[in-house]
Amino acid sequence: MVQGGTSLPPAPGRISAQTSRIASTFHRLAEQRQKALIAYIMAGDPSLDETETYVLRMAEAGADIIELGVPFSDPIADGPVIQQAADRALRSGTTLRKIVAAVHSLRTKTQVPLVLMTYYNTILKYGEAAFCRDAAESGVDGIIVPDLPPEEATTLQPLARRSGLDLIFLLAPTSTARRQASVARLSNGFIYYVSMTGITGAMLKDRADVASKVKEIRRYAKTPVAVGFGIATADDVREIAPMADGVIVGSALVKIIAEGSPSVADRLGSFTRSLKAATMRPDAELSPTNKRPTP
Amino acid sequence: MTAIPDKRGRFGPFGGRYVPETLIPALDELTAVYQKARRDPKFRHELDYYLREYVGRPTPLYYAERLTKKLGGATIYLKREDLCHTGAHKINNTMGQVLLARRMKKPRVIAETGAGQHGVAVATVAAMFGLQCEVYMGTEDMERQALNVFRMRLLGTTVTGVNAGSRTLKDAISEAMRDWTTNVRTTHYILGSVLGAHPYPMMVRDFQAVIGREARKQIVRAHGKLPDYLVACVGGGSNAIGLFTAFLKDRRVKMVGVEAGGLGLSSGKHAARFASGSVGVLQGTMTYLLQDGDGQIQLTHSVSAGLDYAAVGPEHALYQERGRIAYTSVTDDEAIAAFDLLAQTEGIMPALESAHAVAHVVKFAPTLTRSQAVLVNLSGRGDKDVHQIARMKGVTI
Repeated sequence: MVQGGTSLPPAPGRISAQTSRIASTFHRLAEQRQKALIAYIMAGDPSLDETETYVLRMAEAGADIIELGVPFSDPIADGPVIQQAADRALRSGTTLRKIVAAVHSLRTKTQVPLVLMTYYNTILKYGEAAFCRDAAESGVDGIIVPDLPPEEATTLQPLARRSGLDLIFLLAPTSTARRQASVARLSNGFIYYVSMTGITGAMLKDRADVASKVKEIRRYAKTPVAVGFGIATADDVREIAPMADGVIVGSALVKIIAEGSPSVADRLGSFTRSLKAATMRPDAELSPTNKRPTP
Repeated sequence: MTAIPDKRGRFGPFGGRYVPETLIPALDELTAVYQKARRDPKFRHELDYYLREYVGRPTPLYYAERLTKKLGGATIYLKREDLCHTGAHKINNTMGQVLLARRMKKPRVIAETGAGQHGVAVATVAAMFGLQCEVYMGTEDMERQALNVFRMRLLGTTVTGVNAGSRTLKDAISEAMRDWTTNVRTTHYILGSVLGAHPYPMMVRDFQAVIGREARKQIVRAHGKLPDYLVACVGGGSNAIGLFTAFLKDRRVKMVGVEAGGLGLSSGKHAARFASGSVGVLQGTMTYLLQDGDGQIQLTHSVSAGLDYAAVGPEHALYQERGRIAYTSVTDDEAIAAFDLLAQTEGIMPALESAHAVAHVVKFAPTLTRSQAVLVNLSGRGDKDVHQIARMKGVTI
């Protein structure tokens, strides 16, 4: 599906999960004693051209991994902010195919790890095998499918692995120890810990619970754990980041885009910079050796 | 009891559990509690008691003599689910599920509703057992089913309008799933049809199967043999599967599910999933649904809010593929004509959903003979639709 057969810059580390772009990012951050800032925006909101601008700006401002939401008409795991972003993206004609093509174009400009967050039906309709092949060829590094628990991923998982895509699974506060063990082992790239029983954009109340759950999950796998849902401000990041390997911020960024001009890209950039600063320990931040290499 | 679904909630390739991780443990708990309850004589006794004393079961099987004569073909019997307390078959399921909610010690129940019949049935059992209750309903449906909205509120339920997407049943289900994800520790989600993630399609079918168990005995008594045809409308498909399940092994009994043809299949404004849908995943289950080439769910249309939904229950998808059940559709206009006909020949106003089943019978009963029996599931009564029908006829009341 990638047009023109343009040769892509060889994506380093397509062979095994250990050396994927996501894994090496977490590895580098760990060495620098930093936590990953994972930034989510909805692809195609308000257009894919602007998405490209936003991704580059957020990468430049310190986002370590960028998640691109794929709009779906019935997003059961999302709150109103992301639902409305999906509506805007669909109205602008965004499809999974166009997003894959947009990633292909982005890959000539940035090496920031890119993860697609998409509901299962859009992948099914695309064709699971075709999607994995096209996504990997375009330079997508990982996929998160919020309505696909591992039990139902028996066809997608081997296809993703063969293509070198990290299939990232989620764990929740309600997950039993048995599920923590099996899901943690199956997840590639990182484990997405959903901080609360709820949907995207809700308020996180029980922070102590997050720390203890992440600790439990770490018993079962060495895969990095990133915490998402309910993390909206630099203060939230400062509080949650020490508990995990990364934090995921979504609705707060999507809100900036929803507010529109003036200068969405600038505001995304400065907000991302403040979030990234909050992922660093005060002492780490000061040390010049821990400065992030310019992309 | 049928051997499907399998342990993973699969009806052949259909069904399953496509939901966020947060809900998986709740679905596991519900499955375990339900499996235990269905084998527990105390639970069955309790459910039977309330179905008999409160819901008013068994419902009659009525020989529709004037309709039979008027159509001049098959002998027509109506399974009178419209005579259940609250006016539709929905309470068979809500009664079962509220007893499970009590077993799980969940003080709050939530539900989605399209036509409002399921919402009313949930509000009713919640009031009866003193549980807190919230029902999600698309704002488009709230408008066309204003009477049911008011009924739910009178019963002490909070009705929350959903203003997303098509503002109908699909969007109400999404919102109920979001509520459940948020409040899963204290809340049981009483899903109203054979839809959603396992165990719902199985459990709702089992609770509705009482319709067919009764009807099978009743028709043999009334007609001296099994019926030639069963006919039921299919939105999610709970009243249909409830009637059909007891007859699945009777190879001679033909079954027809009637989907909403809306303004006609060529108009694109309908909810006939088998006519122009394809396999996909929506709201927890893999089944036939109306979607575009990118997997986005399409808007549906039906005069009947209860049939106005983009997906069909996964068990129906299996029987459609196996050819065990035939599916057809009738248009809005045909359904309304059937409503008039049944009201004027039998003095029974069917729900617009059930009127779709009657409309199909109007079409094909004349091709049969009097010795052949057609058993129609009259799944609900039409009081709730009177306002809408008046509006469509241009009458102000």
